Amino acid sequence: MSLQSPLRRVMGLGSAKEGAGHWWAQRLTAIALVPLGLWFVFSVLGLDHGQYELVRAWIADPAHAILLLLLILALLYHSCLGLQVVIEDYVHGATKVATLISVQFAHVLVAVSSIYAIIVVSVGAGT
Amino acid sequence: MAEFRLPSNSRVQQGKTHKAPASAVNVRRFAVYRYDPDSGNNPRVDTYEVDLDQCGPMVLDALIKIKNEIDSTLTFRRSCREGICGSCAMNIDGGNTLACTQAIEDIGGDIKIYPLPHMPVIKDLVPDLTNFYAQYASIKPWLQTRTPAPPDSERLQSKDDQELIDSPSACILCACCSTSCPSYWWNSDRYLGPAALLASYRWLVDTRDEATGERLDELEDPFRLYRCHTIMNCTNACPKDLNPARAIGEIKQMIALRRL
Repeated sequence: MSLQSPLRRVMGLGSAKEGAGHWWAQRLTAIALVPLGLWFVFSVLGLDHGQYELVRAWIADPAHAILLLLLILALLYHSCLGLQVVIEDYVHGATKVATLISVQFAHVLVAVSSIYAIIVVSVGAGT
Repeated sequence: MAEFRLPSNSRVQQGKTHKAPASAVNVRRFAVYRYDPDSGNNPRVDTYEVDLDQCGPMVLDALIKIKNEIDSTLTFRRSCREGICGSCAMNIDGGNTLACTQAIEDIGGDIKIYPLPHMPVIKDLVPDLTNFYAQYASIKPWLQTRTPAPPDSERLQSKDDQELIDSPSACILCACCSTSCPSYWWNSDRYLGPAALLASYRWLVDTRDEATGERLDELEDPFRLYRCHTIMNCTNACPKDLNPARAIGEIKQMIALRRL
């Protein structure tokens, strides 16, 4: 049994004095994802997927490569921020920090791999 | 992890049924959550048949009738019976509201009455609000100034200034909003909840208060404020028709604006 006062328990370790940056980034990436997502869906629908060289040439177009990179960055940043909130909501106790770290590492890994893939395909180094 | 099932000693069992007298015509069934910590038994739901021809119109009238005439062991908080004290907040027909302002005739079928959700239960319909009140105290719900008060008059406010605080200061701290919020259910140890945040907002928009920055500093925290995910159960539940969700949104905007 704790003899702490209820107020002491509520005050806890004090305010982290952050959270606004997270909130702002989540909204900025959400706004960016609207045009980027629409562009990606309609572009991919318009492509003939059977033709490997055609898809390669499409990605090799600098404008398409840049938009793809922006999409990947915005999407994974947004997803990382969102999953962090879900974990903070639902995971308590010893597993929380470990879960947060693995989710953040996984997002960086996927982001770097995707960026590498887009660059390789667009500049043609990987033939 | 979040709890999706009640602990085994909290699972609710079927309780007793108290029949209405045979002469009663206009009978409604009230299914009421009962828990007695001294008995060591699990909570149960007792059913009371109430003759509405011999009862006032509100759910609180029925609860008082049950306590007076059928089962004096039924325990609940009540005081003003007119929606201003906030004592009789409970979960009625699946929603948090005040028993004294909830009309029986507005509810279809059996009337199910539970304590406010996800709070420790002291007995029957009485939840432990210690943490809730401590959260209210933590936001310093009083005027903070550096300018001394005028020696011969009150601190003045324009009519427009007063209107800013009219609505948020009408909160009666009944806890209907905070205990309807899933974010508050999972993290009430660190998330302040809509009631405390609405109370803080009331001082943030008070034009006489001079601690706006310090108040925002204390709120800017991933848990205290940003656990709000704009679910809006709070605004839905409020028996005083206040809008804690909007107040929280405006606090987030204030914090965003001071960085830009």
